Amino acid sequence: MPIKKFINYGLLGLLIITLVYSFINLDYSNLINLQFNNLWHIFTGLLQPDLSYVYDGTGEDLVHLMFQTVVIAFYGTFIGSVLSIPFILLSAKSTWGRFQIFPLAMRGLLNLMRSVPALIYAILFVRVVGPGPFAGALALGVQLVGMLGKLVSEELDCVDETPIEAIHAVGASNVQVFQYSRLPQVLPIAASHILNHFEINVRSATTLGLVGAGGIGAPIIFALQQRNWPRVSVILLAIILVVVVIDFVSSRIRQKLL
Amino acid sequence: MKRKDTIHDHLFKQIGSSLLLILLFLAAGQVINADWTEVVENRKQAAFFLEGFLQPEWSYIDRLLEPMIETISMSISGTFLGVITAVPAAFLGTNLVTRNPVITFIFRTFFSLIRTIPNLLLAALFVAIIGIGELTGVLTIAVFTFGMVSQLIFASIETIDIGPLEADNSIGATRFQIAVNAVWPQVAHSVYAYALYSFEVNIRASAVLGYVGAGGIGVMLNTALSFMQFGRVSLIILIILFLVFLTSLISEYIRREVI
Amino acid sequence: MIELKNVSKTFPNGVVGLNNINLTIEQGEFICIIGLSGAGKSTLLRSLNRLNDVSEGEIIINGESITHANSKELRRMRRNIGMIFQQFNLVRKNTVQRNVISGRLGYYNNWQTLLGLFSKEDYQRTEDALEKVGLSDKLKVRSDSLSGGQQQRVSIARTIVQEADIILADEPVSALDPVTSETVMNDFKRLNEELKKTIIINIHSVELARRYASRIIGMRHGEIVFDGLASEATDQKLNEIYGKAIFENEIQDSREALEAEIEHRLQQDVSTEL
Repeated sequence: MPIKKFINYGLLGLLIITLVYSFINLDYSNLINLQFNNLWHIFTGLLQPDLSYVYDGTGEDLVHLMFQTVVIAFYGTFIGSVLSIPFILLSAKSTWGRFQIFPLAMRGLLNLMRSVPALIYAILFVRVVGPGPFAGALALGVQLVGMLGKLVSEELDCVDETPIEAIHAVGASNVQVFQYSRLPQVLPIAASHILNHFEINVRSATTLGLVGAGGIGAPIIFALQQRNWPRVSVILLAIILVVVVIDFVSSRIRQKLL
Repeated sequence: MKRKDTIHDHLFKQIGSSLLLILLFLAAGQVINADWTEVVENRKQAAFFLEGFLQPEWSYIDRLLEPMIETISMSISGTFLGVITAVPAAFLGTNLVTRNPVITFIFRTFFSLIRTIPNLLLAALFVAIIGIGELTGVLTIAVFTFGMVSQLIFASIETIDIGPLEADNSIGATRFQIAVNAVWPQVAHSVYAYALYSFEVNIRASAVLGYVGAGGIGVMLNTALSFMQFGRVSLIILIILFLVFLTSLISEYIRREVI
Repeated sequence: MIELKNVSKTFPNGVVGLNNINLTIEQGEFICIIGLSGAGKSTLLRSLNRLNDVSEGEIIINGESITHANSKELRRMRRNIGMIFQQFNLVRKNTVQRNVISGRLGYYNNWQTLLGLFSKEDYQRTEDALEKVGLSDKLKVRSDSLSGGQQQRVSIARTIVQEADIILADEPVSALDPVTSETVMNDFKRLNEELKKTIIINIHSVELARRYASRIIGMRHGEIVFDGLASEATDQKLNEIYGKAIFENEIQDSREALEAEIEHRLQQDVSTEL
């Protein structure tokens, strides 16, 4: 099919042109800052983490704030999961026999909700409930409603239909069918999604402090602005450590679920 | 009849874990000073936001054209760099190409470490090192993509057919030759797919990256937010969503027709 | 008693599933429906408990029309009809007990089910049903850890627990090996002889149909082309109606049985050598 090949080569050419254009178009002025002296200074600073910051009992130290960050993620994931339940039920195609317009509209809304970055929600909630970790948790929760709503309702729709038919055949009502054959199939998968998003939310929670929503975000931004490299490195190390541990534990739990 | 003979044999366990979860939730609420009454009291604020959001300031769009192109260029360059470096990196991280288990271990640990840092922090880090601007954005995207794609390629390599490798090995090919000749053809398809996927992800992420100064449309977002011009904010978000939508269409097409 | 009066079904894409079916089935009969794929066997069976709707005609079960039943009446009528599927149709992650006792759901309202309040008698029925199919020790076992044959017998237990007068089975042994198929067909036979239930089975093995059924119905292109005693369904007669195609599966099945036996012998030889 010569036409197809022509189109493909055309696209490839277009890609190469776009690529070259992007590179040429960039503003390379920042390369000046990559001077050897600067980099060396940064590098040595990073290699000497400020261990005094780890724990000093003031409540503003690393341990305390990392703990707060994880709790923000936990609280946010919890409310997100609970609040998403009505949305999930309303957007599953299988719960709406003839009126397919509802789930479609719902799905659209949920897509919108989950496309807004958590940071924006955090800014919103800081205005509503004031700065602090609660705002961050609410932001994560609202975004999770969008994500879970889409993911779990899709799972509900592609569940194995055979036991559902069988339960209908014994004379069960729609609610009974849902409880006895759709729900048991979806619950483990939903729980796995929730745990997965908890992991993701811990990462997000580390950045929400940037807009005043609590956690370790604010200290690390300050440290970066002050070019306090030892402090930056100790915070990064803590973040890496916590994320790795939580990922590990959560993967184990998810394996056992499925 | 006894409870354990019914279908509720795990009832206590189920109730117990639910109660535990609720207790943890309440405790967490204490830790973060959750005050739901504030949400109710200040709902007017939220309404104020929503009002602003629901009326995008369309006229602002001509000021956004250049940042839009900036964002797309950044993502293209960054994704490209990230994928190009990820391929050899992934190869180095597998046991098939590098026989030395110490090297593979070091590489793989290094990659996972990069992946655990949220990309906003990466951006902030690079801004602090290099300064504000598009180049920082490109670098952030490249590093982030590198982390993500190297893992994906690595997983792909693990699942390939060993046959061609053994064949090459038996005729005395060097490890590099084996990599190019036997491994690459099998994973090439996936690599292109990953590149497209990362591009989509990066367009979405560029919104936030700009917030810390890494260039692109996110910078305008930052400005609009600090001046509480929510009409502009919602326009910017809509544009980002539109770009994401566009890229997903294009990548769908490419995936189906070309790859 | 089941009556089908002028029943036809046309699918939305124009394909005719059933064409003017008229049929009467008395309580206690053991019927096997045979025919090539696409003949309409499944469509016919699933119309009986209205898992499929019909385009024309009426189906009357024990004097009541299931075609015109409202949802409440439909539930009540379905309680009395058990159905067994080719793919067992169990909720795989649930225990055997949960799967079997769910056969009684038609007798409870939504609130009782929400709290999971089944009666003592129903738990007893579950135990008895599992004993009848020889799986008493699997009460609390997860359903997907059982073999195919065992899972099918669990679904038979679910039908027993319904205490339905009529049992429908849509290719119940197609996914099972020949030895297990015999066990399952024997279960059906016992249900028919001991408990006097009406059994209607879709099956593509003519041999099994002849051995177990009292009456055989043959279908082709949505119509009934044969309806008589098992003894009347001779090879010659079926050849007339279908051609060799209807016996294709026999050859396949008997070869499988032979291979299975050879493997079994070989394993025995190997283990005696060790």
